[in-house]
Amino acid sequence: MNALLALLLRDMRLATRVGGGALMGALFYFVVVSMIPFAIGPDLNLLARIGPAVLWIGALLASLLALDRLFASDHDDGSLDLLTMSTLPLELTVAAKAIAHWLTTALPLIVITPVLGLMLNVDMSAMGFVALSLVAGTPALTFIGLIGAALSVTLRRGGLLMAILVLPLTVPVLIFGVAAANAAIVGPAPFGPPFTILCALSLASFVLGPFAAAAALRQGQE
Amino acid sequence: MALIDIFNNLANPTRFLALTNRVLPWLTALTVIVLVYGLYRVAYAPDDYQQGATVKIMFLHVPAAWLAMMGWGLMAVAAFGTLVWRHPLADVAARAAAPIGAAFTFICLVTGSLWGRPMWGTYWVWDARLTSVLVLFLLYLGMLALYWTAEDPNRSARAAAILALVGAINIPIIKFSVDWWNTLHQPASVIRMGGSAIDPSILVPLLIMALAFTLLFLLLLLLNMRNEILRRRVRSMRMMQAASI
Repeated sequence: MNALLALLLRDMRLATRVGGGALMGALFYFVVVSMIPFAIGPDLNLLARIGPAVLWIGALLASLLALDRLFASDHDDGSLDLLTMSTLPLELTVAAKAIAHWLTTALPLIVITPVLGLMLNVDMSAMGFVALSLVAGTPALTFIGLIGAALSVTLRRGGLLMAILVLPLTVPVLIFGVAAANAAIVGPAPFGPPFTILCALSLASFVLGPFAAAAALRQGQE
Repeated sequence: MALIDIFNNLANPTRFLALTNRVLPWLTALTVIVLVYGLYRVAYAPDDYQQGATVKIMFLHVPAAWLAMMGWGLMAVAAFGTLVWRHPLADVAARAAAPIGAAFTFICLVTGSLWGRPMWGTYWVWDARLTSVLVLFLLYLGMLALYWTAEDPNRSARAAAILALVGAINIPIIKFSVDWWNTLHQPASVIRMGGSAIDPSILVPLLIMALAFTLLFLLLLLLNMRNEILRRRVRSMRMMQAASI
């Protein structure tokens, strides 16, 4: 447990220091969401209607792009080999890394969401629910993306391949995330059901993701 | 036990090639016969009172949809064989099945939108079924992309196997969530097939076509597996040749 905590803190420290790029995800999110009004026009009513969807797409792309970093730098300097050979179960190691990744990339993104919501004319009273849907849903994105990150690092190919592999798998998260956010803003459907399913997706991918990612990393060692 | 013995025997690619040499002529003949008979039955099947002659598209569309799903199921089973038993032919089978499954999914999508044009008035609607088949197609493309980027087939084998299993777990979830999404957004515009039971005059040709498509899938799979084995032999021979220079 101590070792896992040390690993978690190490990853967080690495991410927050110079060159770590922890805030890059949030910055990318900010830029992407700011670009949308330029494409669809400054109509505030339209922006309010599609606001939650825009925020979710932005969060999806930001967490996807940040995933490249999850194993790549460890792989380059060789520490990934040490982690794989350690006595810790690789599944737990990978899960700890994913949690650190979520804390350093997804959490800043959620923190700035209310500001972006303001710019998109999303109803402020509902903004809390949109942020809540992101809190519940982004772990699923991280843990599904974890599989893609592990696969692409073992294949020595990142970037586009990972996006192609991961994006179709995130369809359910996107559907229920936007549904929960919309339910809070527009109604009439209740917020509860999509939100609980979103939590379930996160929990399920928390179980599935580390096992698949660890299996992928192990085969890369052979 | 006998079944396991057969599978173990097939682990030898040479033995597999010898077996397929014997099976292929018969399978080809059977596929052609069933396909021709099925098309004959389809040609003489009555038109639907509502859909008219366009119902004939369904005889291609429905079997293609079934095989699109069966293709991924087959890949998942093969993935299990790769990861658990390290069966050498399991990856060959999975790799051979991926483009065929993608092709059947594509046929399903194309025939679906050709049918949708006269029936729904548009080539594409974000109907629950269409959308989940589209996501399945995207998953197939991801699998093909993974195979294309990996140069060493041994390296890509287990990566592809993991992706196939993750996809197999996700496909029902995607199907469920797309159904949910669709009923939430546009409950009225969904046009559903069926409702009433299908008349035997349509059902019998449909089942014959399904059998023909399944045979066609198996035939293409065996041919593609042979090609894949030969391709890998060519690759290792080239590498041996390059190493000897």
